[in-house]
Amino acid sequence: MAIHSITVTVNGLKEHLDVPSNMTLLQMLREKLVLTGTKNGCMAGECGACTVLMNGEPTNSCMVLAVEADGAEVITVEGLAHDDQLNPLQEAFAEHNAVQCGFCTSGMLISAHALLERNPHPTEEEVKEAMVGNLCRCTGYLRIIQAVETAAKKGGA
Amino acid sequence: MHMPNPGLTEFDYVKPTSLAEASRLLAEHSDEACPFMGGTDAFVRIRDGFISPQTMVDVKHLPGMRDILYDERTGLMIGAAATMNVVARHPEIQDHYTLLAEAANSVASYQVRNRATIGGNLCNGSPAADTAPATLVLGGRMVLYGPDGEREVPAEAFFLGPGKTAVQAGELMTAIRFPVPPAGSGGKYLKLGRNKIGDLSIVGVAIFGFPDGAAPSGYRFRVALASVAPVPLRALAAEDVLAANSPGEETFTLAAEKAAEAATPIDDVRASAAYRKSMVRNLTLRGLRDVWGQLQNT
Repeated sequence: MAIHSITVTVNGLKEHLDVPSNMTLLQMLREKLVLTGTKNGCMAGECGACTVLMNGEPTNSCMVLAVEADGAEVITVEGLAHDDQLNPLQEAFAEHNAVQCGFCTSGMLISAHALLERNPHPTEEEVKEAMVGNLCRCTGYLRIIQAVETAAKKGGA
Repeated sequence: MHMPNPGLTEFDYVKPTSLAEASRLLAEHSDEACPFMGGTDAFVRIRDGFISPQTMVDVKHLPGMRDILYDERTGLMIGAAATMNVVARHPEIQDHYTLLAEAANSVASYQVRNRATIGGNLCNGSPAADTAPATLVLGGRMVLYGPDGEREVPAEAFFLGPGKTAVQAGELMTAIRFPVPPAGSGGKYLKLGRNKIGDLSIVGVAIFGFPDGAAPSGYRFRVALASVAPVPLRALAAEDVLAANSPGEETFTLAAEKAAEAATPIDDVRASAAYRKSMVRNLTLRGLRDVWGQLQNT
């Protein structure tokens, strides 16, 4: 099986990696870069636990080959906080108790972050539509939606 | 219950730099090469063990595959690798082919729509493909590139069976062409899922209507259905009713009945055949009312 030498910018850092053809971006992040914040949920592109930003767009990393990330910029949940300072969304999630087991949270934050970047004042419907690809089995979603709306009100993303 | 294999099976990833090279690779390895676009269908089928390609041929970066070009005289050309999000928010598609933007926007989730492509959706050949009914009613023509060069297949001749399309060995879809919509036209895509948004369709109905002096009713409607037959299809008997009889609740009810008759759905995990037939009638009726409202407002 072919091996590809790629250069990917992950959370602002340029990484040079050798990846086999069939390795997913998710596997690359977790196994090669030990960025385990991004989770493996369904392996089918349905649950969103593996959501990362790829060139600014929320993408299910289990559905992208690592080799396709050559030359791309990837942001994972580890890239949201700055110097131990939680970003407004993370603070809002904590404030609203929008986290129970936490497994969906990484993906939720990435999707919400991207939403607020492109639509700083979403309606509740728009929040739901933007996050329909992120499933949560614990919280019932209400507090997550409230957290996103709070972060939006504070002008954060 | 069959659990999907977490890893992807072994294959070689190749990225041809020309259509000719892509076509050659697909022809040479036709049994075991998969044209690779967004991967949102392919990866699921690989992990579920339905396909195990030896070669994934990445075609989405080939010249023109991501282009969207609109000309008010010649119509629209969408590169096959245009993603659902790009199609859904493209200003000219929103303005002139609203129904197609609606259909693209109804697919799965925002994340999936950043990868899923219109070409992949059509070539996968699922009767449930959300962009298929829109492509049928808007008069789409599929542009295919293969060993003998380029050819066009009208949408009505493209879908041959579940998972089967007119694409031959060594061919790939490069674009979909749409004619300029008739003046005063309106359209709507209605999709029924198990939830409000995000699901595969239980039933999909696309309605497209426009004034036409040649029709006895003064209007022509096109009705296409997804998920209720081996292929996405036009409900021609319903269209005939709408061409022949004055628009209004009575005509729409009869047309909706004809649309339901055109459906030959199956029972599956998402819904029963009987429910699907019923919902074809309901969605067609709602769609006709909506499009008629649009036609009266232009």
